[in-house]
Amino acid sequence: MIEAIGVWARRGGAEILRNVSIEAKEGEILAIIGPTGSGKTTLIRILNLLDLPDEGSVLFDRVDVTEDERTRFLARRRMAMVFQKPAMFNLSVEKNISYGLRIRGASGPTVRDRVRVALREVGLSGYEKRRAFSLSGGEAQRVALARALITDPELLLLDEATANLDPRTAETVEDLIRKAAEGGLAVVMATHDLDQAVRLASKVGVLIEGELVQVGSPEEIFKSPQSEEVAHFVRAR
Amino acid sequence: MDEIGAGLIRAIELILALDPAVVEITVRSLAIAVTSTALASILTVPLGGLIHFHNFRGKRAVVNLIQTLYSLPTVTVGLVVFLLLSRSGPLGSLGLLFTPGGMVIGQTILISPIMIGLTIAALSGVGSSVRDTAVSLGASKVQAIFTIMIEARAAMLAAVLLGFGRALSEVGVAMMIGGNIRGYTRVLTTAIALETSRGDIEFSMALGIILISISLIVNLVVNRVQGNWWA
Repeated sequence: MIEAIGVWARRGGAEILRNVSIEAKEGEILAIIGPTGSGKTTLIRILNLLDLPDEGSVLFDRVDVTEDERTRFLARRRMAMVFQKPAMFNLSVEKNISYGLRIRGASGPTVRDRVRVALREVGLSGYEKRRAFSLSGGEAQRVALARALITDPELLLLDEATANLDPRTAETVEDLIRKAAEGGLAVVMATHDLDQAVRLASKVGVLIEGELVQVGSPEEIFKSPQSEEVAHFVRAR
Repeated sequence: MDEIGAGLIRAIELILALDPAVVEITVRSLAIAVTSTALASILTVPLGGLIHFHNFRGKRAVVNLIQTLYSLPTVTVGLVVFLLLSRSGPLGSLGLLFTPGGMVIGQTILISPIMIGLTIAALSGVGSSVRDTAVSLGASKVQAIFTIMIEARAAMLAAVLLGFGRALSEVGVAMMIGGNIRGYTRVLTTAIALETSRGDIEFSMALGIILISISLIVNLVVNRVQGNWWA
């Protein structure tokens, strides 16, 4: 589904990502774990094609999508991303959630019905007419997830998507992510919550100082770390 | 003091009685200022967007120049447009000098820099996270630009209204290009200047009250609209 091959990212002379190669398949939840500043957000943004790698390529459905803007746009239409601090449009909750549908040309009662269902799934029924700017951090995060999922993406990218949520809401969101993956969606999530990686992920990649130092099942990562630095990082769990 | 009080009462009487001269001058002022603002909006909103959304050499210098032109003296614009439209000028054949059309051209030139500058400032005020969110949800480049403009709508409307306020209240262009011809190019500001010099303080005060009231009404409407603009 999505594959990074030999990706390098440099910002102001610093190497943020160093030769990162990783893949997430349909129905798979790939968790990228690593300390703050290890390059998780940069990697997620590159997979979403918001930023381009300085070297290396990103394949979506086996097609190199880093080549031109048109290809990137078409690939982006098949994915969705939820940011750590989701930006709400200064509109109603309904218009925020339906954004992805409206820019794809949908309108009318079908959109309203889908928004209603999406809000119910994230536990915010009846929030349609609320002003998005008036939502709490947790509510905004759930609206952002509903806004991402409503377009039926094939790939969902999450950057610390549950970092601002209380444990109960985080559980609801995790259930939604699990359900989405069971429906065939590929999920790539950056998280510093190691327990969450164990709960959700089918595959875990450990990113330390821009380098993907180990990739494997959660069991392999947490029980058989291959290096001292991975062992040191996962010991925090 | 009595003179001012009596003048104020007479001015209010003129307004309430819908004095034909007062109404005619007010309607003309509004028509010319609204036309200038509409024309300037058509030119400046896309131009401001073009400057904001594109990176090019000398962009900073262009923005600085636009900001310098904010305080363009109205008489300077009046002089330049006068020279352009005068019989021997490059646009003299159009016959627009001392016509409402000429006043519209002058006011459009006068208010365009501030409207372009404030449009750029309004768009710059929208965080990059809005663009990222739109693009990540599948927006094309044009759709993302449109989304950013929607997010900046309140500040952009303020830019348009500031332009309208400047067009309505300026005297230099109206006087030099319009010529203050009664029943044709006389507007609120030029009429106030003329009637005050002629000693008709009541009439001037009536027009002054109307000028201030229009600004007040526009502000109230804007605040009301902005308050409900998220739905």
